[in-house]
Amino acid sequence: MSSCASASALRYRDGVRTAAAVAATVWFFGASFGLVARSAGMGVLAPLVMSATTFAGSAQFAAASILAGSGSAVAAITAAVLLNARYVPISISVAQLFHGHRLRRLAESQLIVDESWALAGRGGRFDRRILIGAGVLLYLAWVSGTAVGVLAGDAFGDPKTLGLDGAFPALFLALLVPQLRSRRAVVAALVAAGISLALIPVTPPGTPIVAASAACLLGLRRPR
Amino acid sequence: MSTVWLVVLVVGFATVGLKATGPVLLGGRELPDAIAGVVDLLAPVLLTALVVTQTVGGDNELVLDARLAGVGAGAAAIAARVPLPAVVIVAAAATALARVLF
Repeated sequence: MSSCASASALRYRDGVRTAAAVAATVWFFGASFGLVARSAGMGVLAPLVMSATTFAGSAQFAAASILAGSGSAVAAITAAVLLNARYVPISISVAQLFHGHRLRRLAESQLIVDESWALAGRGGRFDRRILIGAGVLLYLAWVSGTAVGVLAGDAFGDPKTLGLDGAFPALFLALLVPQLRSRRAVVAALVAAGISLALIPVTPPGTPIVAASAACLLGLRRPR
Repeated sequence: MSTVWLVVLVVGFATVGLKATGPVLLGGRELPDAIAGVVDLLAPVLLTALVVTQTVGGDNELVLDARLAGVGAGAAAIAARVPLPAVVIVAAAATALARVLF
């Protein structure tokens, strides 16, 4: 059995270490969110509360930029919720890792974010300890980055100057490769890519990812 | 309540609920075989969708820009079996560089 406490601590540490480089990127991204949110007129406290409760970069940036363009609350909420709708399929994919009381599962599920989820699936199977370990680290990086961005502001500038917008898809690509071990996974991934490409021009951001998740229905066919 | 706080609180509550969907409704339960086969494919499918939308996604259009160079460089680094942190750094540097050059 792997119930030995030191082995368990080791796995948590592995999760934290694996996530360290990603956390640095997320920290800078959080700092840019703080800056963008502040200049969008969100003040100091609201961006911090948003990072602590929403903990999802793309939705937060979308909401801030809509508020900056003096868009309506409904527009900002709709955009952000659509962008985060992917967390329904994402959280279902790791549901098996959560045990215990409903409230505990609710609390722990908040550590699910694209990067912690992807890192946890790195070995081809999802690892609970990596999900939690990486989730805690990324949460701290995101919230503290936001705080520094809100307060220190201009020192950071546009995340695009640092190329961070190209770093995240490359990270997801690196974590996708070990998932493509079966022919079925490759076919499903290709279908998902096709759905995403087809829908990006015609649907609001966020929708293509949710629609693409339908490609996993290929899993209904038993492997031969 | 101000518009800003309304957005922050509604989006926050909604996201907590979205992230809790799987763990709260299905957590700690064995899934039937057919469903498990579907759930197994969620990781490659969602990761692919994230890669595509974050590489060429724009505001209701496909956008080919510096991100493509970053992901291309990242792919080369992955093929060369470079460690994960280096992949992230290579991709960011290539994206930033392409943005300066073009």
